[in-house]
Amino acid sequence: MEGTWTKLALRIWVALILLFLFIPILLIFFYAFNTSNIESWPIPGLTLKWFSATWDDPEIRSALALSLQAGLAATALALVLGSCAAFAIHRMTFFGRDAVSLLFILPLALPGIITGISLNAFFSFGGFPLSFWTIVVGHTTFCIVVVYNNVLARLRRTQGSLIEAAMDLGANGFQTFRDITLPLISTSVVAGAMLAFALSFDEVIVTTFTAGAQNTLPIWIFGAIRLGQRLPEVNVVVSFVILVTIVPVVIAARLTGGGGAARVPAAR
Amino acid sequence: MWVRLGTVAAAVLIAVTGCGSTTSTGGTVGSPPPTANIKPPTAIGPGEGQLNLIAWEGYTDKSWVDQFTATTGCKVRAKYAGSSDEMVSLMKGGGGSQWDMVSASGDADLRLIYGGDVKPMNTALIPDFNNFQTYFKAPAYNTINGIHYGISLQWGPNTLLYSTKKFPNAPTSWNVLYDTANKGLVTVPDNPIQIADAALYLMKTKADLGIKDPYELTQKQFDAAVALLKQQRPLIKKYWATAGDEITLFQNGDVVVGAAWPYQTIQLKAAGAAVADTIPTEGATGWGDTWMLATNATHPNCAYLWTAYVSTPKVQAAQALFFGETPVNTKACAEMEALQAGSCAQYHADAPGSYFNTIKFWKTPIVTCPDGTNTCVPYAQWQTAWTSITA
Amino acid sequence: MSVTTAGRLRKNRGAAPLQGLFWRLPWLRSVLLLLPPVAWFVLIYLTSLVLLLITAFWTIDTFTTQIVQVWNLDNFRLILNEPAYRLIIGRTVGLAALVTITDAALAFPFAYFMARVASRRTQTILFAAVLLPLWASYLARVYAWILILNHSGILNWSLQWIGLPPANIGYTYVAMWIVFSYIWLPFMIIPTYAAMERVPETLLEAAADLGAPRWRAVRDVVLPLAIPGVVAGSIFTFSLTLGDYITPILVGGAGSTFIGNVVYQSVGIANNVPFAAALAIVPVAIMAIYLLIARRLGAFEAL
Repeated sequence: MEGTWTKLALRIWVALILLFLFIPILLIFFYAFNTSNIESWPIPGLTLKWFSATWDDPEIRSALALSLQAGLAATALALVLGSCAAFAIHRMTFFGRDAVSLLFILPLALPGIITGISLNAFFSFGGFPLSFWTIVVGHTTFCIVVVYNNVLARLRRTQGSLIEAAMDLGANGFQTFRDITLPLISTSVVAGAMLAFALSFDEVIVTTFTAGAQNTLPIWIFGAIRLGQRLPEVNVVVSFVILVTIVPVVIAARLTGGGGAARVPAAR
Repeated sequence: MWVRLGTVAAAVLIAVTGCGSTTSTGGTVGSPPPTANIKPPTAIGPGEGQLNLIAWEGYTDKSWVDQFTATTGCKVRAKYAGSSDEMVSLMKGGGGSQWDMVSASGDADLRLIYGGDVKPMNTALIPDFNNFQTYFKAPAYNTINGIHYGISLQWGPNTLLYSTKKFPNAPTSWNVLYDTANKGLVTVPDNPIQIADAALYLMKTKADLGIKDPYELTQKQFDAAVALLKQQRPLIKKYWATAGDEITLFQNGDVVVGAAWPYQTIQLKAAGAAVADTIPTEGATGWGDTWMLATNATHPNCAYLWTAYVSTPKVQAAQALFFGETPVNTKACAEMEALQAGSCAQYHADAPGSYFNTIKFWKTPIVTCPDGTNTCVPYAQWQTAWTSITA
Repeated sequence: MSVTTAGRLRKNRGAAPLQGLFWRLPWLRSVLLLLPPVAWFVLIYLTSLVLLLITAFWTIDTFTTQIVQVWNLDNFRLILNEPAYRLIIGRTVGLAALVTITDAALAFPFAYFMARVASRRTQTILFAAVLLPLWASYLARVYAWILILNHSGILNWSLQWIGLPPANIGYTYVAMWIVFSYIWLPFMIIPTYAAMERVPETLLEAAADLGAPRWRAVRDVVLPLAIPGVVAGSIFTFSLTLGDYITPILVGGAGSTFIGNVVYQSVGIANNVPFAAALAIVPVAIMAIYLLIARRLGAFEAL
């Protein structure tokens, strides 16, 4: 076993890394209460005024609405397509199996900017004007793998014997699916959906190239940071986005015992 | 949907098999613009409830946009672009139907017009058009063969912005941007047209180069300007891409001097920063802006309503003071005086003729030199050179 | 539950004809299930990528920026011949490597503590503590560093407070190095921890029995076995840095141009999609080489 001093040194190291990881995030929450609109340290005082100002801003509201709608639509599509793929792949042992998995992971494995500009080229070349649906298509493309991975992992751990038993007892395919398979995989489906939504809600690079004239919340944040005139509102919105992305991830982690959230680090 | 996807796949196939046409205008202007034959409307219909604008920062401030929305019902969604290049790119992106109008500067106008991205506008639908200064009714950058591809808006100079703490006396020359004493404390726009600023400086400081127009440079003159900017590179803290970038840099004390628009000075002063701006003795580059209507605009009525609205003396004055520029409507002078005494003279809204000539307005560099020869450096090379300067 | 379910099932005896077909031909069902997602990817995503690749061999009219569909290698020639692009590629790869090494160094002791010292409970807590920042908004975490690093930010304030001169590293290469290392650190910790956890304690005991001091056991036993995990983590830290453009825009200064920035500007500002496409092939090629090497080092098993 490690010596006392080694252990102490390791403990200090871990504490320092945790500080390194969390101080910047906590700082943003702190700045959200800053009375001044200049982001210098130390902040002159605390206030809640930016929260109401942010809430009343129609631009931010419409960006939030768009992000929620696009996130939900992309999650729904990814759920259907990702689950389909997981079921198919789970049952099959065919030569193209690895190729299909690789295909699904590609939008996350390639730098976001490549997915972004190629979709952009595709839409403009094909004469699809950029719209709500082009955002959804982009998000769905990189969200499918999240659902796929979660559902597939659960299916692999599920005993095929239960399903066979149901079949033996005379259940048809649909009944087996509804009464056996679905309850068994439901938490992984929900976890996949949560992670897909979190991923979509925070995505900025692909969205930059597929959103056109519209602002999702991350696009608004990026623009506002660059323009620099509304940083107090940025602080509030950014704190909010952190919460909104973390909550589903925590739920997903609880549903899958941590595995789900860790399985998708490639997600960003 | 699937039919369309099939079309794309087919198009890709055609492309792969090598069918394609080549068209290169290369920067000399011969045939008429592609949209020259589109007849503009003769009346403004009811507004469509929405207007998507590409604008310079500060051009769609709440202080005048809110009233426009209230009276016309057109909700304004604006995207601030950081450079003329970005404006051109945005106008072409996504099939060109995303945006209705763009507040393009002179160096973007011809690219938009000859790219077929904007279409003719009917000046008769803009009641204040008759009050415009004569020059801005049909400047060469937005009017071709008598066809107006947009309505002039405002014009002004690029300025030298400095911290009054660091410079108690206003610098009189652009040389502060090239002075090694300010190493790491300088910011200039991340914009290839910045080469013209260097050329303008060389025009006065190195007369033997013979630069007559900072946008029409022979290879030798161009190389000299690029070399000057490469020397400047170690002095730069950050090349600013948006006015907000520069404001943040000054506000936090990361830089003390830079090339700017008057807008940054006004915003910084309002935030209590110790800054001022000046036009050095070498003169300045500048811009003349035009609201242009996208060829595929989906809200043309709101677009006309908007153009008419921003041409009125009140809005012209409000925008002039907000951004720090000069209105094209001669009637705006009195409104400016009412808002801020002395401002009409300060921004030369009353004496355009004399002042106008001291500013070298942004325009797209093309291969055709002033003497008619095709030996000047075209804009594409400016862009490449700019990448090698800032890399 | 299984009893009631079985009961319910028994009542619903009898199968539809389609069911029978699927039962006899199980692959048919799989194919039907697989068709929509695969069609989505092939028709939309792969088509897009192929289109991008093709575009790389076209050029634009430099005046109107319209795409000219004539096959040529001009874009690639420009990338190879213009020293500025070589500089940018070198800088991007260099920083990606630096960030990877930094993260490996930061993560190793942390992962070691998690896997070999911490109690089960602490392990779970630390695992969650690493995952949370990973999922907290990317933009938010970059933005936080603007607040920290700027001239009047908390870093300079803290330095002044302990009597040191201000650091002024905002908008520099150093700032990008810190921010990238920060953002991707969890990606390195998780696989490294996973790999180390799989090293059985008995191996270390065996090393100790053979008279090796603990540090030697760590160096000669844990380190080699953890390498696949570190390499797996490095795939993320390296490739994510390689393709990024947002961090250079937000915290970088003059001379922070990355491959991603040139690609972004080529599309968003110069409207030169062909050139962007050609340049975008560079990081993909680099990553392909990197992945081949990573596979040799056994990183894929550790993913």
